[in-house]
Amino acid sequence: MLAFAIRRLIEAAFVMLTVAVLAFVLFRFVGDPVNQMVGMDTPLEDRIRIRKELGLDDPVAVQLGRFLKGAVQFDFGISYQVKQPVSNLIAERFPATIELSLAAAIFAVVLGIPMGVYTGIHRESWLSKIFLTVSLVGISLPTFLTGILLIYLFAVQLGVLPSFGRGEVVQIGFWRTGFLTISGLKALILPAITLGLFQMTLVTRLVRSEMLEVLRTDYIKFARARGLTNRAVHFGHALKNTLVPVITIIGLQVGALIAFAIITETVFQWPGMGLLFIQSVQNADIPVMSAYLMMVAFLFVFINFVVDLLYVTVDPRIRIIGNAS
Amino acid sequence: MAVETDGRKDSQKSARENFLARLLDSDLLHSFLRNRLVVLAAIVTLAFVVMSLLAPWIAPHDPYDVRTLNLLDSHTPPAWEEGGDPRFLLGTDDQGRDILSTILFGARSSIAIGILSVLLAMVIGISLGLIAGYYGGRIDTVIMRIADVQLTFPAILTALLIDGVARVLLGTHGSGGGEFWILVVAIGLSFWVQYARTVRGITLVERGKEYVQAARLIGLGSFNIMFNQILPNVMSPVLVIATINLALAIITEATLSFLGVGLPPTEPSLGTLIRIGNNFLMSGEYWIVIFPGVALAALVLAVNLLGDWLRDALNPKLR
Repeated sequence: MLAFAIRRLIEAAFVMLTVAVLAFVLFRFVGDPVNQMVGMDTPLEDRIRIRKELGLDDPVAVQLGRFLKGAVQFDFGISYQVKQPVSNLIAERFPATIELSLAAAIFAVVLGIPMGVYTGIHRESWLSKIFLTVSLVGISLPTFLTGILLIYLFAVQLGVLPSFGRGEVVQIGFWRTGFLTISGLKALILPAITLGLFQMTLVTRLVRSEMLEVLRTDYIKFARARGLTNRAVHFGHALKNTLVPVITIIGLQVGALIAFAIITETVFQWPGMGLLFIQSVQNADIPVMSAYLMMVAFLFVFINFVVDLLYVTVDPRIRIIGNAS
Repeated sequence: MAVETDGRKDSQKSARENFLARLLDSDLLHSFLRNRLVVLAAIVTLAFVVMSLLAPWIAPHDPYDVRTLNLLDSHTPPAWEEGGDPRFLLGTDDQGRDILSTILFGARSSIAIGILSVLLAMVIGISLGLIAGYYGGRIDTVIMRIADVQLTFPAILTALLIDGVARVLLGTHGSGGGEFWILVVAIGLSFWVQYARTVRGITLVERGKEYVQAARLIGLGSFNIMFNQILPNVMSPVLVIATINLALAIITEATLSFLGVGLPPTEPSLGTLIRIGNNFLMSGEYWIVIFPGVALAALVLAVNLLGDWLRDALNPKLR
């Protein structure tokens, strides 16, 4: 177990280092940082002075070292576009993205698991067929289209939910939350559904196929032979044993949620990291792009690492396979 | 199965006749005709391809010929609504462009970018997969490490990054036709991993087989063995991935255009049209969004259904 964890940790560190070097190359060599920072009429002497101050004349290895040191201390330089430290911009928008992703994940799990269980048990019922058809459509609709359709239905036609922004937010320390006000919660509903729809269909299909498999096994037959109620068999025995892969997939999908939040945040003008990133791509704001890249990479690697460890802890069979390979 | 697996080499012509005869009598065709939904999906896909190929001739207007645009025509609702104009069946956008024509031209760029980027991803993925699987050793480790790192991130994020970097490097901000190829490269480079992993896996098995040893014995070069002997045996899973990826590539193009980093507003694109329409949704002008949205969803759903069917039909375990 410890050896496994250490090997995983080394792999994670390797991925992080690769991404950081990539981010550095992006930061340093795509476009000239000095040209991006100064105006057109800045004299040459000033440009040379700024170059010196930024250390752009140092050897590349030294610059890379400085960049990595800064990144570890959460210092990603100054945004070209808004002239503020990138870390401040990200810290400001981080809570919005995390709350949105969390709400989407809850939506996906709370609806996806019961739908999966139902379609797994009642394979031939018409309700199952409706669920499965809806889930196929859910996969085929691009995220931004889902969002727009929801806005059209609930904000334009029915006028019951807001179509953009976070509503009122409450500041708790550095964390600005929308969970504590009515308007904040209302503003969260449509974006969370939009973001979580794909993951919900994924969970539904996964739980369904796992249920189908588990329900065929011998211990389910024995449980029935013991005269247990349907409910005890389905939820106590079957569902419990489907949860290992479900937990893994959900864990891995949290990363995908953060990435797809870019699209949802654009549709709903949600002031999160994704919107910041897309604006930086539009404006060629390289420091923000490379910082976002590293932030997301870190979250991904961290989540993958935790999920791997959880997986091994929960399911002893993996350990044997892991040792054999 | 429509793929040569015995490695025999007949003359080109008889091989083709053989192929046709086998196709007509194959399980593949039977399973295709048995499944009505799949036939429908194939018809829809084919219709989209034909319509987009013929777009310059069948579209009622050329939405990107500035001379024919009239701002007085802008924001016209569909023909059957009050204030509609029979010249514009599905209404117009904020520039007075005909929605129906824009959809036809937009589907054209969506399909073109989708197919080209899938081809690019296939070429890169197959080549790297063959090389990694055939040679093994350090080169295999390097290629698969890169693949692992890239697989950590969703493809859309990779595409966004490559797209962003290419824009800075080439300095295209709303000018020139560069965006089309930037999109093809960005999407192609973000989808190659799946091909590489699949091809590598099969190549690892195939390279130990007798026909590969025989090919080595008669003195064929590595390149020849990889691309002429092994490649035909990896094509059927690759084709399945390609079909499913086509839908994903079309979605990715539309998404990037919707986010404002894909095709510029002067080029027809379903994603761009939906982005424009999104600004006018609040004032009730649903047609700028809904019609291109439905077209995009129909196209993607049809291609997805075809891909799903192909995967099941070519999977010997499910027979």
